Amino acid sequence: MLLVPVTYIFIFHYVPMYGAQIAFKNFLAMKGIWGSPWVGLQHFENLFSSYQFTRILRNTLVISLYSLLAGFPVPIILALSLHNNDYVRLRKTVQMTTYAPHFISTVVMVGIILQFLSAKTGVANRIIEALGGEAIVFLAEPRYFSSIYVWTDIWQHAGWGTIIYLAALSAIDPTLYEAAIVDGANKVRRILHIDLPGLAPTIVILLILDVGKIMSLGFEKVFLLQNTVNLEASEIIATYVYKVGLAGSIPRYSFGAAVGLFNAIINFFLLISVNQVARRVSSTSLW
Amino acid sequence: MASALRPTRADRIFDACNLVFSVVVFGAVAYPLLYVLSSSFSSTSAVLSGKVWLLPVEPSIAGYRAVFSNGYILTGYGNTIFYTFFGTIVNLVVTVLAAYPLSRKDFRYRGIFMFIFAFTMFFSGGLIPTYLLINRLGMINTRWVMIIPPALNVFFMIMMRTYFQTNISDELLEAAKVDGCSDFRFLVSVVVPLSGAIIAVMTLFYAVSHWNAFFSAFIYLSTRDLYPLQLILREILVLNQVDVTEMAAESIEELTRRQGLADLLKFSLIIVASVPVLMLYPFIQRYFVKGVMLGAIKG
Repeated sequence: MLLVPVTYIFIFHYVPMYGAQIAFKNFLAMKGIWGSPWVGLQHFENLFSSYQFTRILRNTLVISLYSLLAGFPVPIILALSLHNNDYVRLRKTVQMTTYAPHFISTVVMVGIILQFLSAKTGVANRIIEALGGEAIVFLAEPRYFSSIYVWTDIWQHAGWGTIIYLAALSAIDPTLYEAAIVDGANKVRRILHIDLPGLAPTIVILLILDVGKIMSLGFEKVFLLQNTVNLEASEIIATYVYKVGLAGSIPRYSFGAAVGLFNAIINFFLLISVNQVARRVSSTSLW
Repeated sequence: MASALRPTRADRIFDACNLVFSVVVFGAVAYPLLYVLSSSFSSTSAVLSGKVWLLPVEPSIAGYRAVFSNGYILTGYGNTIFYTFFGTIVNLVVTVLAAYPLSRKDFRYRGIFMFIFAFTMFFSGGLIPTYLLINRLGMINTRWVMIIPPALNVFFMIMMRTYFQTNISDELLEAAKVDGCSDFRFLVSVVVPLSGAIIAVMTLFYAVSHWNAFFSAFIYLSTRDLYPLQLILREILVLNQVDVTEMAAESIEELTRRQGLADLLKFSLIIVASVPVLMLYPFIQRYFVKGVMLGAIKG
């Protein structure tokens, strides 16, 4: 039974790991991966000394950390609000509505962002103009890039993110609430002393996963929001790998692979060390 | 949590604040969606002059007419349906075939195989080596590249495995074995029929990921006839390239009208591209919590 999935995983996941050795070689299509000559760490040295390196590293970290700091608490707050909402129909409506944007594709999402921020017809600029301000071409300003990315992401995914917290909240023993009510604890106290401790293990696990993902900022949304004027703030590792490795007139396969491998190795150790820390500090960890 | 006692003053204040918060959140999420929907049903001039705020202005279906008369959009739509349908079938077969053996406690090499699968979630060879592999396999610019390389999502597979572990009892397997049932037969006639909930959730997740897939199509496809909808959407929504008509514009008014139609078409296109996915989800919504909760249980 496992034959098909195992063959798949070896071909499409382990063969590329083997292929990652071209990061230490000068890949020549004629000689293949194995036959190409070794060059040691040359591509990595080129990467570390390139002026692009600090830029892509900084942009990747800025957008990721901003996402984490602003985005991580939102689903928790929203879940607590929903869980303690006694109006069933309002709760259901908010849930249904906030889940929906999660299913919109990245391309459509970026399309909506561009329409809203458009200098001519966008709602954002019409509000600014109505208040007497001047229209801003938001995506032409590097300083707005990370905020646009992060807050639209929260809009799209925060509702979906509550599902896992709501599930954890519904698993809390109802007798705890009953006892608290009898003891005269109001809702705020119940949130602080029952809901939050009940969520703690889930919060720790999701935090580990998110911190482990700091360096693996996705390609699609950043790439689609990019333009030549905001590149200063929007070139990240993933888009850079694509541009040097595949998009150029002469693709630099080996250099692109080296950038990608550098990123993958950092991700890997980040995840392992975050998990170790979590295991020390609390009893919750991924493995 | 409905309390049996009379609500205290502190609770009433909390409820009021929470009510306001919920309504604000609802408005903030719903407004952009409603705005896009309303714009898509408005007239060209209303959209272009920024008259639409909440509800459609000068209702018209000109935007939709433009969407459905664009050949590239229709081809892209057809291709996306093709990739989604066959891609999801392949996904489900491969996922079940991996998840079931790994859920069996009597499978001796379970730990090793589990590690082989799970490791790929934490480390990958990267874009360039994957590209070179796909190139070697001759899949570049073929329909296969949209179906075979994403055949298995390890995270979903672990979710399904957890479901099998908790929902298929050992007694059932023993009873079947006594009756001389093979493992494969057991999977097909007992496990799969008993796993409707998780299969529904997986179908939705995989189908949505195929419907929304952009990256692999962008990297591997270069013939327009093979483009899925998302690539066409990028050209129109992001790069602003759209042929409203093939003919050259004759006057300035005509040019403005076409530019307006191109803007209107974007709103209609957003709706047309998203509706199939959004319509699917309320039906399967009741399975969500179950499915996502299972993923939370560590594997």
